[in-house]
Amino acid sequence: MFEVKNHRWRKVKNGVMESLALGAAGLALVPLALVFYHVVKAGVSSLNWAFFTQLPKPTGEVGGGMANAIVGTFILLGEAAAIGVPVGVLGGVYLSEYGATRLNWWIRFGADILNGVPSIVWGVVVAGLLVVHRITLFGHVLLRRGNSALAGGLVLGLMMIPLVMRTTEEVLRLVPGGYREAALALGVARWRTTLQIVVRTALKGIVTGVLLALARVAGETAPLLFTSGVNLYWMRNLTQPVAALPVQIFSYAIAPYADWHRQAWAAALVLLVFVLLINVGVRVLTRDRFQQNR
Amino acid sequence: MSETAPIRPGSWRPKRGGAAVGDHVFKWLTLVMALAVFALIGAIGWQLAVGSREAMSRFGWHFLVSTDWDPRRQEFGALPFIYGTLVSSAIALLIAVPISIAAALFLTELAPPWLRQPVITLIELLAAVPSVILGFWGLSVMAPWLGQHVYPHLQAALGFLPIFRGAISPYCTLSAGLILAIMVIPIVTSVSREILRSVPGLQREAAYALGATRWEVTRIAVLSYAKRGLFGAVILGLGRALGETMAVTMVIGNSAQIVASLFGSGQTLSSEIANEFGEALPGTVFLSTLFELGLVLLGVTLVVNALAQLVLKTFAGPTAKQRP
Repeated sequence: MFEVKNHRWRKVKNGVMESLALGAAGLALVPLALVFYHVVKAGVSSLNWAFFTQLPKPTGEVGGGMANAIVGTFILLGEAAAIGVPVGVLGGVYLSEYGATRLNWWIRFGADILNGVPSIVWGVVVAGLLVVHRITLFGHVLLRRGNSALAGGLVLGLMMIPLVMRTTEEVLRLVPGGYREAALALGVARWRTTLQIVVRTALKGIVTGVLLALARVAGETAPLLFTSGVNLYWMRNLTQPVAALPVQIFSYAIAPYADWHRQAWAAALVLLVFVLLINVGVRVLTRDRFQQNR
Repeated sequence: MSETAPIRPGSWRPKRGGAAVGDHVFKWLTLVMALAVFALIGAIGWQLAVGSREAMSRFGWHFLVSTDWDPRRQEFGALPFIYGTLVSSAIALLIAVPISIAAALFLTELAPPWLRQPVITLIELLAAVPSVILGFWGLSVMAPWLGQHVYPHLQAALGFLPIFRGAISPYCTLSAGLILAIMVIPIVTSVSREILRSVPGLQREAAYALGATRWEVTRIAVLSYAKRGLFGAVILGLGRALGETMAVTMVIGNSAQIVASLFGSGQTLSSEIANEFGEALPGTVFLSTLFELGLVLLGVTLVVNALAQLVLKTFAGPTAKQRP
C-alpha cells in the first residue's frame, strides 16, 4: 500500500500536506478578518448620532440617518417571528414527539429542501402573491397593489419556518424519554406533558434556534427588494412600504454618492454587529448549558 | 428515534374524556403546522408556474437556449443568465472545495484542541455575515483591488487561455466567483467536518498500525471512507452558490451577455431578477419571463439540494450520531 523504502519522501509529503491543511484553515478565515476590518474601519468613522435619530435626506443632500430603517428592520423581524415561531415550533414538536413514521422523513426532507430555496425566489413568490396584484376579500380591498411591510414580514417569516422547525426538533429530541414517561405515569395528558415538560425543558434550545433564525433573516436583502420596498419616511401602517437596513445598504452602496457610501458603511456596521452579537451571544449561552450538564 | 421517545404513537391510546380531546387537537395542530412545509413548497412552485405561464406559452423551450435578452424589443432568452450562474458557481466551487476540505481535515485531524473551537466558531461567524455586507465589501474593496493588482498579473501569466483574455473589468464573472467562494467555504467546511468526524477511529488506527504517516492515514483511511459524504457537502455548497443573489449582483457587472473571458461582466439568474423585477410592470411578458427565470433557478437548486440531502442522509445513515 505504501512504499516502506522512501521513508524520508513520505515524511516530506506528510509535512507538505499538513502545512497545506493549516494554510487552508487560515485562508478560510482571511475574508472574515478583511470584511470585519473594513466594515469597522469605515463604519466607525461614519457612525454618528444623526444616523440613529434622523430620516434619510433627499438625494444629493449630505447628512441624515437611517432611524426609519433601524425601526423598520425590527418591525419586519417582529412580523417574521409572529409567523415563523408558532408554525416552526409546533411543526418541530410534531416531528419530534409524534414520530418515526415515513411522513416525518418526508417533512424533514421538505424542510431541508425549503432551507435551500434561494432567497430571491422567496421574494419573487411573495411579491407575486401579495404585491403584483391587489388582494381582495368579498369585494373589500385588503391590500393595495405595491410593496408593504406585511409582505416583507411574511416573506421573512416563511423563511424562518423550516429553520425553526429543524432546530426545535433537534433540541426536543435531546430531552430524555424518562421525562415524558414520568409525566405520563402521573396521569398528565400527553399534550400537557409535551408543552409543560418537554418543551419547557428544551426552551433554552428552542429560543436559541429562534434567535439564530432571526439573525439569519435580519440580514436578508433579496427577498425584501420587491416586498417591503423602499420608504424614505416613517411607516404609518403595515400596508405601506417600510425601510429595512439591508435594503438601504444595497441601494446606498450602488448609488454614486460618497455620502451615501459613508452611510451604507455605518449601516453595515450596525447590521453586522447586531447579527454577530446574536450569534456569539447564543454560543456563549449554549456553552454554559453544556458545562452545567457535565 | 425510538431511543429518545420510547412511547410510540401506535402503542399509546389517549384516554376517553377531556384529555383525549386535548391530545387529538394538539396532535392535529402540530401536524398541520408540520405539513405547512409541503404547502410552502407547493405555493412556491404554483406561483412561479402561474407567473411564468405567458412566457412559457410564448417562447416555449426556446427560452432556455436563446441568448437574446432585450426587454425593449421583447426578445427574451435565459441562456446568458444560466451561463453566468453556472460559470460563477463553478469558479466558486473550484476555489472553495479544496480550501474547505483541507480546512475541515485540519480541524478534525491536526488542530490541537485549544485551537479547534475558536476556528470553528470563526468560520461559523463568516457564514452569518449578511450577503449584502459581503457584497458591499466586494464592490468597494475586493473587486477594485483585484482589478488593479491581481487580474493584470493573471492575464500576463495565463493570457494564452481564452478565459483570461480581453479587457479587464473589476466587476466580472471571476469576481463573482470569488465572492461566492467566500460564501460557500463556511458551509462546505462545517458539513465536511461533520462527515470527517463520523469516520470511525478504528479506521484511522488500523492505518497507523500499518506504519502510515498522518497524511497517508488521511488519504487511505479517512478520505476514501468519507468520499461520498464529502461529495454531498460539495453539492450542498453548489446549491448555495447557485441561488446566492446580493453579493453576486453587486460584483458581477450586470450585463446579459455570454463572453468567454472571465474578466468580462455577466449576469446570473438571481442577479437578473434582483435588478429587473422591481421595474417590470404587472401583466407584461417581461414580468412573466422574470418569473420563469425564478422557476428555472428554483428547479436547478431543488434538484441540487435534493441530491445533496439524499447523499448526506444515506451517508449519515448507519453511522449517524448516536444519541445517549
